[in-house]
Amino acid sequence: MTDSKYFTTTKKGEIFELKAELNSDKKEKKKEAVKKVIASMTVGKDVSALFPDVVNCMQTDNLELKKLVYLYLMNYAKSQPDMAIMAVNTFVKDCEDLNPLIRALAVRTMGCIRVDKITEYLCEPLRKCLKDEDPYVRKTAAVCVAKLHDINAQLVEDQGFLDTLKDLISDSNPMVVANAVAALSEIAESHPNSNLLDLNPQTINKLLTALNECTEWGQIFILDCLASYLPRDDRESQSICERVTPRLSHANSAVVLSAVKVLMKFMEMLPKDLDYYGTLLKKLAPPLVTLLSAEPELQYVALRNINLIVQKRPEILKHEMKVFFVKYNDPIYVKLEKLDIMIRLASQANIAQVLAELKEYATEVDVDFVRKAVRAIGRCAIKVEQSAERCVSTLLDLIQTKVNYVVQEAIVVIKDIFRKYPNKYESVIATLCENLDSLDEPEARAAMIWIVGEYAERIDNADELLESFLEGFHDESTQVQLQLLTAIVKLFLKKPTETQELVQQVLSLATQDSDNPDLRDRGYIYWRLLSTDPVAAKEVVLAEKPLISEETDLIEPTLLEELICHIGTLASVYHKPPSAFVEGSRGVQHKRLPPRAGSGESTESPDVGQSGPSEAPPAVIPSQGDLLGDLLNLDLAPPTATVPSVQPSMQMGAMDLLGGGLDSLVCSSPAMGAGLGAAPAAMPASLGSAPAVGGGLGDLFDLGGGVGMPTGSYVAPKTVWLLAMKAKGLEISGTFARRGGIIQMDLSLTNKAMSVMTDFAIQFNRNSFGLAPAGPLQVLTPLSPNQTIDVSLPLSTSGPVMKMEPLNNLQVAVKNNIDVFYFSCQYPLSLLFVEDGKMDRQVFLATWKDIPNDNEAQFQIKDIHLNSDVASNKLQGSNIFTIAKRTVEGQDMLYQSVKLTNGIWVLAEMRIQTGNPNYTWMCWRRPHVRECVSQNDSPVIS
Amino acid sequence: MIHSLFLVNASGDIFLEKHWKSVVSRSVCDYFFEALERATEPENVPPVIPTPHHFLINVLRHRIYFVAVIQSEVPPLFVIEFLHRVVDTFQDYFGVCSEAAIKDNVVVVYELLEEMLDNGFPLATESNILKELIKPPTILRTVVNTITGSTNVGEQLPTGQLSVVPWRRTGVKYTNNEAYFDVVEEIDAIIDKSGSTITAEIQGVIDACVKLTGMPDLTLSFMNPRLLDDVSFHPCVRFKRWEAERILSFIPPDGNFRLLSYHVSSQNLVAIPVYVKHNISFREGSSQGRFELTLGPKQTMGKAVESVLVSSQLPRGVLNANLSPSQGTYTFDPVTKLLSWDVGKINPQKLPSLKGSVSLQTGASKPDENPTINIQFKIQQLAISGLKVNRLDMYGEKYKPFKGIKYMTKAGKFQVRT
Repeated sequence: MTDSKYFTTTKKGEIFELKAELNSDKKEKKKEAVKKVIASMTVGKDVSALFPDVVNCMQTDNLELKKLVYLYLMNYAKSQPDMAIMAVNTFVKDCEDLNPLIRALAVRTMGCIRVDKITEYLCEPLRKCLKDEDPYVRKTAAVCVAKLHDINAQLVEDQGFLDTLKDLISDSNPMVVANAVAALSEIAESHPNSNLLDLNPQTINKLLTALNECTEWGQIFILDCLASYLPRDDRESQSICERVTPRLSHANSAVVLSAVKVLMKFMEMLPKDLDYYGTLLKKLAPPLVTLLSAEPELQYVALRNINLIVQKRPEILKHEMKVFFVKYNDPIYVKLEKLDIMIRLASQANIAQVLAELKEYATEVDVDFVRKAVRAIGRCAIKVEQSAERCVSTLLDLIQTKVNYVVQEAIVVIKDIFRKYPNKYESVIATLCENLDSLDEPEARAAMIWIVGEYAERIDNADELLESFLEGFHDESTQVQLQLLTAIVKLFLKKPTETQELVQQVLSLATQDSDNPDLRDRGYIYWRLLSTDPVAAKEVVLAEKPLISEETDLIEPTLLEELICHIGTLASVYHKPPSAFVEGSRGVQHKRLPPRAGSGESTESPDVGQSGPSEAPPAVIPSQGDLLGDLLNLDLAPPTATVPSVQPSMQMGAMDLLGGGLDSLVCSSPAMGAGLGAAPAAMPASLGSAPAVGGGLGDLFDLGGGVGMPTGSYVAPKTVWLLAMKAKGLEISGTFARRGGIIQMDLSLTNKAMSVMTDFAIQFNRNSFGLAPAGPLQVLTPLSPNQTIDVSLPLSTSGPVMKMEPLNNLQVAVKNNIDVFYFSCQYPLSLLFVEDGKMDRQVFLATWKDIPNDNEAQFQIKDIHLNSDVASNKLQGSNIFTIAKRTVEGQDMLYQSVKLTNGIWVLAEMRIQTGNPNYTWMCWRRPHVRECVSQNDSPVIS
Repeated sequence: MIHSLFLVNASGDIFLEKHWKSVVSRSVCDYFFEALERATEPENVPPVIPTPHHFLINVLRHRIYFVAVIQSEVPPLFVIEFLHRVVDTFQDYFGVCSEAAIKDNVVVVYELLEEMLDNGFPLATESNILKELIKPPTILRTVVNTITGSTNVGEQLPTGQLSVVPWRRTGVKYTNNEAYFDVVEEIDAIIDKSGSTITAEIQGVIDACVKLTGMPDLTLSFMNPRLLDDVSFHPCVRFKRWEAERILSFIPPDGNFRLLSYHVSSQNLVAIPVYVKHNISFREGSSQGRFELTLGPKQTMGKAVESVLVSSQLPRGVLNANLSPSQGTYTFDPVTKLLSWDVGKINPQKLPSLKGSVSLQTGASKPDENPTINIQFKIQQLAISGLKVNRLDMYGEKYKPFKGIKYMTKAGKFQVRT
């Protein structure tokens, strides 16, 4: 006789039948009926119509029947709130029962009835139960507070239950402590700013004591709570670590991982030379390895977390490579994660083993896995230079298998290897070309085309190969089309004689027959580039590409730090900060690792104290999230992402050429009559970002008047960009200068913290003109407290481009041994005026006439007492060249040209009236350029 | 915390749902079904699935998906561990954890789930305590209940829940006092083509069945405790004592429990007890392939290798296999391409072998992948790591218990690549 009989009554009229049975006099029959009702409920049938009848069965001494009715109530009270009130009295009575089990059961059930009207009646019984003599009742009541808070938060606060709950943290019974912590943590989640879990050394001590004695689940809550505490010093940190380490041997993997979190976080505070630090590192490895022998679901979560741990502290698992070797019957999600970690752990010492494994995987059945394995071989080649040769030969072996997707994947990664080690492995190109026909995936085709274009001079039949692709041009996907276009242009530049026809063909296909704007635009760019200045085209298209970086998908350090604080949570599984995806008002509660012992911050900001780790980081740059993303893209641009397109900076540069300089050239192109004929006249007017000139004329004049600075450009005095307060003691002030054609960023770094700073590095976000450091930040000696050093950082303009608002805004990240800091600054546009900005008179004249009126702008520069010649010389120092001068009615008119680093020309007319200290400067170009010119160049002229 | 639980059977039907907070519509499982559809194999469903408002965390056990629904940030391992505990409890209560068993005992299931979790917080997950609260169904009790009208819900406060030893119930009484310990080791290994070991590790556990009256305090010591450097203990074990003296000291739970599990990974300690000689080859252009396997024992410390079962997933191109085993029986499923050979015991004098040919689709190119061979075996009375229990002592009680220790070695994931 089993319960399955309850499932069989699905006939019509069942509800009536049940109703009759529920109202039966016989106890036994009643119970059976309630069981049937519950069974129906569990499979999702609606039995809410029986509410009054079931509630009538509540007044009983039979514990099982009581429980069953409670179960029913919890499910349906919400839909029948008026009826639910009938049950209140029984609850209140049960809360005073002699049997603690009944009391606990009642308080538990009450909290689950999610009806507003009932909650008021709940408060009194709950208050009593929170102070019950029996710990079992107390711990149940603690959870009930969280339930009630979920229903009516205001009520809980008004009734003072939160304080009672806080008191329970000091309860004598460890289970009560654990539940109180759990309840408070849950409540705190919906109140990110409330200081509910007010942790101080005393409560920490209580928690640590309870940790040893409570259940495994309680341990998880307590450990998670501990993780949000910020110890006062390294000694306290060490003592907590010591008391937490035994949890690493717990059978429950969630306890283990929570303990790992606490240790990973607190060990940040321990000095690295401490013996204990080394011991702790050693202790962390075995439990992590053990997690990998558990069930696959646990393994998955563990692996996602290990991925973070390996990035933060690779030393922990560096000898454990073998446990990440894939078993053929691992679920696919485990396999892929293991593969990822294998690559992260790959080093010169173990690369042979890893490669042998990867090769083995590449012959497995699962296509996704095989692909990733092949890709992994490429990543190994890029990461461990010594292994590159072996990786390439392994890849060649795999290509010999002729398995279609293996070959395609191998070609994609070989392309990346070429990017990393140019001119080293080109001997394999022949083998690759053999497989041309079997490639049917866009990514592989694009990669192959890239290779052919890049090495066109070494492939005898490059033109034939590319031509064969060209036949089906319109059926190809965009990335292949773009790649083909670029490759053929490269080919043309390398072998102009034989391929003229081919390049014409592809250009017309791209510009005339395609409706893809990206393709069309790129086609136009090349077309104009080739038609106006083949030499420049060569420089742009065949520019030397930067090497791709070794680690392609590392997590950005601040995000990594935050994720380390969230080990074991969903955030760690998704590798996203919790604010990115968890619902509810968790808000911007970024967690951060504590500062290392003895670093500036601990002494500097005592008031941060307890709440430190949960405090939001100083908002240096408002859109920090975006910035992080951008920075991430910037230095880690994964080879896979940039694969299909030409290397980005070049592409963007070319866009700007189109937007700015070219269009002026085009305007005059009939006169020049360049090779390939005039490009179509329809100009995408707002392409790309164009810069501005003009604002700072004021300052330059002033300066020039007093100090003799005939040939140098104007340099603004240094301003403070990063306040020490916001950057843990590092103050940065700086300015920009153009010296001898090189843009330089002059920085003064001042250490206002207590400890020595080292390991400086700098990084720019993408910006309007592609400014990027041309070399590393040269801070060779450690910066001791109160010391200031001046550094000049040469900048190049070949970085990635993104339009900024305002145009000359530059977002900078500076890293040192303590942290990464962000600030933004604005550079004077005159920085970008190049030395060869002198336009030919004829060209100037022709262009000047073609300028539409609405491209014009006027500015007044006031209070300048210079005559036109002096002004002209002054401006020339800043690379603003006077092309012609006219004098009309006592007014000197200077015609000037300026060329920006990205090739945009700005033409200007300056009127100087003798005796009138005000200059009128008219300049034209694109609208936003103008604005910026005006703002920025005031200081240049003056 | 955990919001809801859905149980989904192999054919994709929700057959039970339980909500600990407000009711979550079962349509949330659609996201799970989507993932299920995408997965090539049932076990390839990703464990954590995001949906717009919830997260679904699932485990697959006994061909049932246990899908937990959570809404806020909850440690996924916590959820997965809890789900495992639910599975274990069902198995403990009903003997098997199957859809039929759960449906047969749906009321008990519901009562159990209600006891195990309160508002998403784990409440009572120890089998000992649950059994005090809700008595497991037995045929006898069902009959008695129907006659007398009594219930299987305990009337008493589960006393153990409050004591310092929450895992043990009080007032335990046995006429025969006995304590058995099984040391079971599983070898996970990957052996490459040439027979050399790529990885090998041992997962060991000590499972105990302790039926002792009163509050016994046990100590267990080992001959070679240094083997155990990576261990996880049952909460009853006193960790300090282990740290200091390498002795297991504990008050045991009543009945069956896992005292500790350990992990031996240093290569030189892991002996590989069997070897495989294989010759599997497919020729280009031929519709026949050769298949030869020979098994033999090595490093078994003189113990017999028993219950040997060899299985291998042959390439998709294989149509059929025509093989002859020197002992045991073999089967080949032409649909799943799974070859399995039940070898039995390995006789070192006459090594078992499986030889013959496999036929391939005519005209098809030769398979790219080489089949991996999976081996299962058992070796009685041997812990392959060499772990040995020295002695077991009991304090706190006066009687003399009967003690027994058994060793066994099994293959875990033991794979040979060809």
